[in-house]
Amino acid sequence: MTGTIDPTVFYLIVFVLAVFVGYHVIWNVTPALHTPLMSVTNAISSVIMVGAILAAGPEETDFGSVIGAVAVGLVAINTFGGFLVTQRMLEMFRKKEPKAGANKG
Amino acid sequence: MTGNQLALWYLVASVLFILALKGLSSPTSARRGNLFGIIGMLIAVAFTMAIVKNHTLIVLAIVIGGTIGAVVARRVEMTQMPELVAAMHSLVGMAAVLIAIGAVNNPAAFGIHEPMPAGNRLELFIGTFVGAVTFSGSIIAFGKLAGLGKHFRLFSSAPVVFPGQHLVNLVLALAMIGFGIGFFLADDKGWMPFAVMTAIAFLLGVLIIIPIGGADMPVVISMLNSYSGWAAAGIGFSLGNTMLIIAGSLVGSSGAILSYIMCRAMNRSFFSVILGGFGAAEGTTAADAAQKQVKSGSAEDLAFLLANAESVLIVPGYGLAVARAQHAVKEMAQKLIEKGVQVRYAIHPVAGRMPGHMNVLLAEAEVPYDQVFEMEDINNEFGTTDIALILGANDVVNPLALEKGSAIYGMPILEAHKARTVVVNKRSMAAGYAGLDNPLFYMDKTMMVFGDAKKVIEDVVKALD
Repeated sequence: MTGTIDPTVFYLIVFVLAVFVGYHVIWNVTPALHTPLMSVTNAISSVIMVGAILAAGPEETDFGSVIGAVAVGLVAINTFGGFLVTQRMLEMFRKKEPKAGANKG
Repeated sequence: MTGNQLALWYLVASVLFILALKGLSSPTSARRGNLFGIIGMLIAVAFTMAIVKNHTLIVLAIVIGGTIGAVVARRVEMTQMPELVAAMHSLVGMAAVLIAIGAVNNPAAFGIHEPMPAGNRLELFIGTFVGAVTFSGSIIAFGKLAGLGKHFRLFSSAPVVFPGQHLVNLVLALAMIGFGIGFFLADDKGWMPFAVMTAIAFLLGVLIIIPIGGADMPVVISMLNSYSGWAAAGIGFSLGNTMLIIAGSLVGSSGAILSYIMCRAMNRSFFSVILGGFGAAEGTTAADAAQKQVKSGSAEDLAFLLANAESVLIVPGYGLAVARAQHAVKEMAQKLIEKGVQVRYAIHPVAGRMPGHMNVLLAEAEVPYDQVFEMEDINNEFGTTDIALILGANDVVNPLALEKGSAIYGMPILEAHKARTVVVNKRSMAAGYAGLDNPLFYMDKTMMVFGDAKKVIEDVVKALD
């Protein structure tokens, strides 16, 4: 078997391996943190923003880049909202120090 | 920056995303994990910005979206997390569709040949339809969770079913694939088949989610989580971006595993949830319940029992959160612990409206997480516990699940009936989601305390003083 690998085959290899990694990492997540897991995966899937940035990227602003910019804006809600709300939840799971007036989110 | 350098930075970001998820294996490492995720995202976005030109437009979009996201993240109530997550899934889905439109419009912006090769078209087709289904499906799920059914029937939390529903879905799915093939074969940009296919996918998303009832929402929301990941991975394939493929696969498998866990906890097969109709008029509500006798007591009786117990296991259900009684419960537990009573919480996987929801609600009320136990870890302890205190839960403690032939046979339950004394707080004798009567309520050792959970617990706290 010689010759170059078709890019799609290469991506398929990456995909399958990533699913395996995901499978093993996710089963290790403690059930108590399944809600933060969901919000953080939400934030991570907003990395789709890089695609939106490319669409919005060309120098001239035209139909395509406006569409891209709208996508960037929508996904940015997810990026910021997802990570921040996860942070807020995880703060609640902090071991409680016996100090008064703990700040509630 | 060369393509190789960018790809290596994307690799760094991908590794950070994996570490972010790995951090969630324990509450102590989770915050650091979240930080890894944020750094990964910064790297991904910053280095992508370095290869594009229209910075003003992009930064403006990020600032607007980011501000909205930050405000929402600060303001949202923890009880509203399922709605928030559903709304965020819809945004990822919509973004996937918009990016695909951008790619059809101007492939060169993504480094794709013009006219677009067939391979890219196939990948784009997959990313687009999964994105479109995620978007419209999540909107419906959001509406159902936010209780918008009063205003708009499609959002009804009862399943919306009509004759020939599955046939319609099948025909639409085939039509969508047909137009996908049209897009695949087109000589030009292929706008027409692309647009029709996307429109059908939006419609399918609505039709797939409307027949699913409110009780199955934890599965739906996990499933849409999974879809949003696959949509991102699909777009990653068409843009040739390994980071998107990796991140999308992580999210996709996460959602799939959560769906599986939720299905198992409700004893439902994934397909029966997807096909929908559950929670419709099953008609087996507690009709004969009126004849049977229950023992009922007051909050003072409950306080007396609790103060004289050695160990108490609290089983919280969503009814507790609806009554906003978490803080009162925590206060009660505090008082009991001061009196030397051992207090722990037993959590069923579907105690809330999304995976892990009840844990967050208790954490918000500052219940220490080392008092909170998952079903598998605590179920053996009921037999040696003085009092099982059930607050706003029903089906998850229904011993009928252990009896062959009952509608919920096989569903894993918290074995509260094994405790020496069982106390159940409910508003009334109404049946739970499954529409079944609960024999637990009629046992000799069971005391019912009727009333709003918050009011009852606050009365208990007063009586404990």
